[in-house]
Formats: sequence, C-alpha cells, structure tokens
Amino acid sequence: MTFPFYVSPEQVMKDRADYARKGIARGRSVVVIAYDDGIAFATENPSRALHKVGEIYDRIAFAAVGKYNEFEALRVAGVRYADLRGYAYDRADVNARGLANSYAQTMGAVFTTESKPLEVEVVVAEVGPTAERDELYRLSYDGAVAEERGVVVVGGEAERLQQTVTQEWAPGMALPDVLGLAVRALGAGPEGSAGRSLASAALEVAVLDRTRPRRAFRRLTGDLLDDLLPARG
Amino acid sequence: MRVEDGGPLPAAFTTLGRSSFVDFLADQAPDLLPGAAFSGMTAPHDRDRHGRDPEAPHATTVLALTFPGGVVMAGDRRATMGTYIAHREMQKVFPADDFSAVAVAGTAGLAVELVRLFQLELEHYEKIEGALLSLDGKANRLSTMLRAQLPLAMRGLAVVPLFAGYDLDRGEGRIFSYDVTGGRYAEREHHAVGSGAVFARGSLKKRWRPDLSAQEAVAVAVEALMDAADDDAATAGPDQVRRIWPVVATVTASGYLAVSDTELAEVVRVLVAQRTAARSEG
Repeated sequence: MTFPFYVSPEQVMKDRADYARKGIARGRSVVVIAYDDGIAFATENPSRALHKVGEIYDRIAFAAVGKYNEFEALRVAGVRYADLRGYAYDRADVNARGLANSYAQTMGAVFTTESKPLEVEVVVAEVGPTAERDELYRLSYDGAVAEERGVVVVGGEAERLQQTVTQEWAPGMALPDVLGLAVRALGAGPEGSAGRSLASAALEVAVLDRTRPRRAFRRLTGDLLDDLLPARG
Repeated sequence: MRVEDGGPLPAAFTTLGRSSFVDFLADQAPDLLPGAAFSGMTAPHDRDRHGRDPEAPHATTVLALTFPGGVVMAGDRRATMGTYIAHREMQKVFPADDFSAVAVAGTAGLAVELVRLFQLELEHYEKIEGALLSLDGKANRLSTMLRAQLPLAMRGLAVVPLFAGYDLDRGEGRIFSYDVTGGRYAEREHHAVGSGAVFARGSLKKRWRPDLSAQEAVAVAVEALMDAADDDAATAGPDQVRRIWPVVATVTASGYLAVSDTELAEVVRVLVAQRTAARSEG
C-alpha cells in the first residue's frame, strides 16, 4: 500500500508562487507613470498586434506582463465587465476600484484552487478629473492588490525599475519628460552595465489623456511617438 | 446574472473568441436586451379594450444625404403619442462610432435603447479586436439587432433606423436604410424615414446636387425637415421661439461632427428669410 507524500500547505503555496514569479520574470517590464494631463504606459514590445496595454473603458486602461493568453483573457473579461456594468447602470458607474477587486478575486481563486497559478501581473489605471484623483492598482499573480501613487512597474525587473523611476519622478511632470524617464529605465541594463537606447518601433506606448472628452485611451505610434521621445545623439 | 463589486469574474467573461456585446448580453443578462420586458406580453388581456398595445411615444422624421467627402444626417425633435406631443427635444440622430451615425424613427423608448446597444456593440468590438469594423460590417450588425426586434415590430412597436457613415476603404459617405424585418438597403444620394419622410424625400430630390459642399448639404437637410414639418403633424420644424433646432451631424474622413446650435440658427434664419422674400416679391 502506498501513501501519498505529505506536502505542507506552506510548501504548496511557495512552489506555486515561485512558478508564477519565474514565468513573470521572463517578460519585459511595463512602466505605468502619471503625468500632468494623464497616465502614460510604456513597454518594450516589437509586436504591432499583440498588445500588453489596452483600453477597458472611457477612463480606464489595463497593462499586463507575463503569459499573453492569460492576460489577454483577463483584459477581455475586464472589457466585458465594464461594458456590462456601464450598460446596466450608467457609464459613470464603472470604476477601476471595482474592476481591480474582481481581478483580485479571480486571480486569487486561480492561485489557490487551480493546478497552476496565472503567470501574470496586471495594472489597472483610471484617470481622474485631476491628477490627485488618478488611481493606479497593481495586482499580483496571487490576487494581492496594492494601490500605488505616480509610478507602477510590473514584470521581470519590476523592483529595480520601480526604484529608478520613482527616484526621478515628481508630480506634475509633462508627457515627454515621463516618457523619456520610462524609456531610459526600460533600456537600462543591470547595475553597472551600459543601457540600450530603444527605438520607437520597439516600443508600445499609450496614454490615458485627461483632456480627451469621453474615451481617454490613445495609442502613441509612429511620428507622434518620435516627436514625444527625446532625440537621441 | 450581475457582476457585483468584489466577486470573481465568471468563466463566460474570460472565454476568448467572441467580440459581440449583444451576444454576450443575451447570454449573461437577457433581461437587459431592448424590449425584453415585452416578450412575455403576448396574451390579449395585456392589450387595452380595443385590442391595441399600450400607446408609447413615437419618433418621427430622420434623413441623410451624401456630399463629396461625407454624409449629413438630420432629424427633427418631436416625439408624438397619438395626436399629443410627447416630447419637444428628442434626439434621434446619434454618433454610432467615430465614423458613422445612426438615426431612428419609430417607438421612441425602444429606439433609444437600440441605439445605446448598437453604439456599445461597435465600441466593444473595437476594444476587444483592436480594430474598427468595416462600414458594411457595422450596417450588418444593425441589421441583425433589428431582426431580433421583429416580434415587437409585428405588435406595432417598430423601430426603423437609418445608418450612414464614412467608408474609410472606399473614401466616400454611404447611407443604409432598413425595414422592420432587418432588411438592409444601400441608398444612393439621399434617403428619409419616418412619418414625414415622403415630404422630406420630395424636398431632397429637388435640392440635392452631386456637388454640394458640407455647409450646403446641412442647409438642404434642414430645409427638407422644414418641408416635412409643413405637411406632417408629427414632424416639428425649427422652433425659433424656444430655440430648438433639428439635430444635424456630418460624418467625414475626420469623423463625426455635430453641427452647432449657432450654425443651425443661422441656417434657419437664412432659409426663413429666403422663403419670406420669395412670397413678398411681385
């Protein structure tokens, strides 16, 4: 007669967390950073079709790192959640807090009950009427939620990038300044090594622009992006 | 079902491969579909003693016409209930998305709800797919949504929309009309639907030219509505006392643009002056 090995719950959770972290660490980071007129998203992504940043609703956007099929399913679920809520009640009744909550519950449930956790980290951002009322939520693979101010970085080297960007970030910066900061951070090599200079074609950049009337989300590509990025020598 | 704050998202939300909001709504919250509440009302005792459905406000004349580079859409502001004016400031012309407009005639409550769902259907597709539907694709979606309303139309609660937009692939403005069964017809030059449509079409026929500018096309649209209001009691002309103007919008390569009240006031002033002058001559 055989007995299954006893594995402590602590060990199970630790193994799952390690597994998820490894998956996430393979992906390139996304920098989400507030500026005077909105919130900017920047990541290294040579694909024009497979996005890591997407529109959820009028004032809400989504950014994710990790496994594409997993975060794409979350993004689509977010769009459906927001559109259904906005249709049943009113457009004004859709907010990032509610969506972040639902994501947290979903990711938490998968982490504890499914055979494998989601290998994703997600940022939900909502642009408010003023910079003080902007909302940024970071969601981890285990369903943990953290509300952040100003800067959120998710992905492979999130901690290191978050530190560099936060040090230089200040409230009220203009869009070209925050984009320059984000792109410098994304291209920077590990401690001591020389950084790379990222071309606009290798970047995925989008903004939630406070000044736009209804749908605040806009992708920045091509010449529009080149004009905003600092000229490289 | 409803998703309340804090609950995990049901599996139906995370399933990929479907980009229609209408289909999603039909699965998840069918009670929110336009006209869902009426679907159970089939027994004769739901009707009044003359065997009719309860009377509901009715939206009247809307029209569209093309000009080089785009299309103009316009609608009057009156909703009627029998011989009674139910509402003076109804909006019957709406942006469907950035490059198209939809106007409605028929049962007002259902029409407005159908427009709201159609707008959301296009936006939902755009967000999920990351691409715009083609103009024909949008016209076909509206057709499908209309077909689902057929049982209501047969009960006298019909909605008849008019759809127009700028076709980004062809580089021109196009107009689509519909019937209650969801039939979709591409219209050339101009079209009108609703109770005053006969008179509006007559006016459009005389005033439309292939070389109209956008401003001239707006004036032609307003004049057609004035002509419709002249002969159809259910259509309102411009109300210069309350300053209520028709809703007029242009759709061009640069997108949907509502014509401002100031511009409309001027268009109406010029038209009225022309007509007054024409009568006082001789």
